[in-house]
Amino acid sequence: MFQLELLAAGLVQGATYAMMALGLTLVYGLLRILHIAHAALFTLGAYVGVVAANLGLPIVLAGLVAVAAGALAGPLVYLAVYKPLLDKPPYVALIASIGLLIALEDGFRLVFGPYGLSFDHNPWFITGWDFGGVYLNAVQLTIAVAALVLISGFALFAARSRTGVAWRATVTDPAMAETFGVDPEHIRMLNFAIASALAAVAGILVGLLNNLVEPGMGAIISYKGLAIIVLGGLGNVMGTLVAALMLGVAESFGQAYLDHILDRDAIAFFILIVVLMWRPHGLFARGR
Amino acid sequence: MDGYLISLATFTAINVGLALSLNLISGFCGQISLGHAAFFGTGAYASALLSVNGSPFVLSLLAGGLAAAILGLIVGLASLRVREDFLAITTMGVSFLFIGFVRKQEWLGGEVGISSIPKPLSDEGMAILAFALAAAIGLLLWQIRRSWMGRIFDMIAQDEDAALSLGIDTARYKLAAFVLGTAAAGLMGVVYAHLVQLIVPDAFDFIVSVTILAMVVVGGVGSIWGVVAGALLLTLLPEMVRFVNDYKLLIYGSLMIAVMLASPGGLAGVAAKLLKRGG
Repeated sequence: MFQLELLAAGLVQGATYAMMALGLTLVYGLLRILHIAHAALFTLGAYVGVVAANLGLPIVLAGLVAVAAGALAGPLVYLAVYKPLLDKPPYVALIASIGLLIALEDGFRLVFGPYGLSFDHNPWFITGWDFGGVYLNAVQLTIAVAALVLISGFALFAARSRTGVAWRATVTDPAMAETFGVDPEHIRMLNFAIASALAAVAGILVGLLNNLVEPGMGAIISYKGLAIIVLGGLGNVMGTLVAALMLGVAESFGQAYLDHILDRDAIAFFILIVVLMWRPHGLFARGR
Repeated sequence: MDGYLISLATFTAINVGLALSLNLISGFCGQISLGHAAFFGTGAYASALLSVNGSPFVLSLLAGGLAAAILGLIVGLASLRVREDFLAITTMGVSFLFIGFVRKQEWLGGEVGISSIPKPLSDEGMAILAFALAAAIGLLLWQIRRSWMGRIFDMIAQDEDAALSLGIDTARYKLAAFVLGTAAAGLMGVVYAHLVQLIVPDAFDFIVSVTILAMVVVGGVGSIWGVVAGALLLTLLPEMVRFVNDYKLLIYGSLMIAVMLASPGGLAGVAAKLLKRGG
């Protein structure tokens, strides 16, 4: 079934958007920063992953190395760029973030070359199964499973663990959380570590899916991620996840039926603008 | 003068005009826009379409400015519903929507764009036209700054709710800023299209929007001379220093971060500080 295949491909795409957008919404929820440079951490994860895999590590280990790199680099970005700008008007951090993204993209191009790297050995890419007429390869399945496990793992962490409670308290009321002994700086670092680790996972998985890692691979997905968190009602985690999956499916069908009018990458922004005209605070905005 | 210098001067004037026109919207009126290249592109495409079909240049020029202003009015009306972070993302969306739409339109040449656009003036003539338009935009900004409208723009940029509570119809002023700024960008687009004689969708993509914003930010948001200096610096630096040209985006990006960290007022802010210290 052609429609079922579109739906499956759309959901897989939506799962990568969800992993990216969750990180963006975590950063926005805590610091009110539109973290465009999130894309650079996605690309970093993909490059670390492909280099590690091509050095001979199994893909799963290469993925773990990529996650570690993301989890280290994220807090560094926060310390170097965002921390000094926290008390400035919001556009200041936004512009710094755009600057950071284009600088790092150019940096990846200089270090790894403009044409991108492929995996020497990508077994997941060539292994696949037929599910009642819908063919999915192992990378696509891994993406779906990884998104499901990581996002529900995060939800559990936020709901149950002591750190998770401290994190939610800081999002709601930083000053009050601090009087209860929560170190907001610690929470911010952790926030960037988790968000960036998620971006790195998404990065290596998308790299495997396309069997290509190139300097600009993060940009479009990060811009769409911003559209998604706005659609989901900035800072609303559940809304973000629903919006991510919806966009993945909408794009998949849009590309099949609307390609003669609109580019695939423009669909996200078309939906975004239409929705914002109708509901200026996103689809799933909490009462304002 | 040799051809290279003339064309460099023309491109510089185009960039100065673009940066000034964005400064009116984002600097004076405080409405951050990440989609300015879409209006630049609208002017270029509208005028190119007319010119290849035999329209006189003056008509193409006016039509380019008008088309950009109409799109600006639409985006402006849409933007009235959103603020700050939502506005930034909406205007970013406009940039992608423009490219994504133009790319798929056969009557606009699709991916290959529009070619053999007739050049109405000599190289020197195009340079003079570009300079005249950039100067006119600068003069317009200068006049606005001294006018009642400029004060209200400033107020909206500082605190929109306070302006509203004083009974100011902020929507009308924001629309005025959008229409004037986008019309000016459209005019620069007309000059660009008739100078290079071949336009493709990618010439107006998001990176171009970001580059124009970088000129405004590095120069100093809201300052006229600062933004002129910012546009000159970011246009001429890659031309003068080969090294810079190879690492253009790395350097633009790093400059944007450095300016935001060190002096969010940009070059203008630095100059103001130095003058104060000296005097």
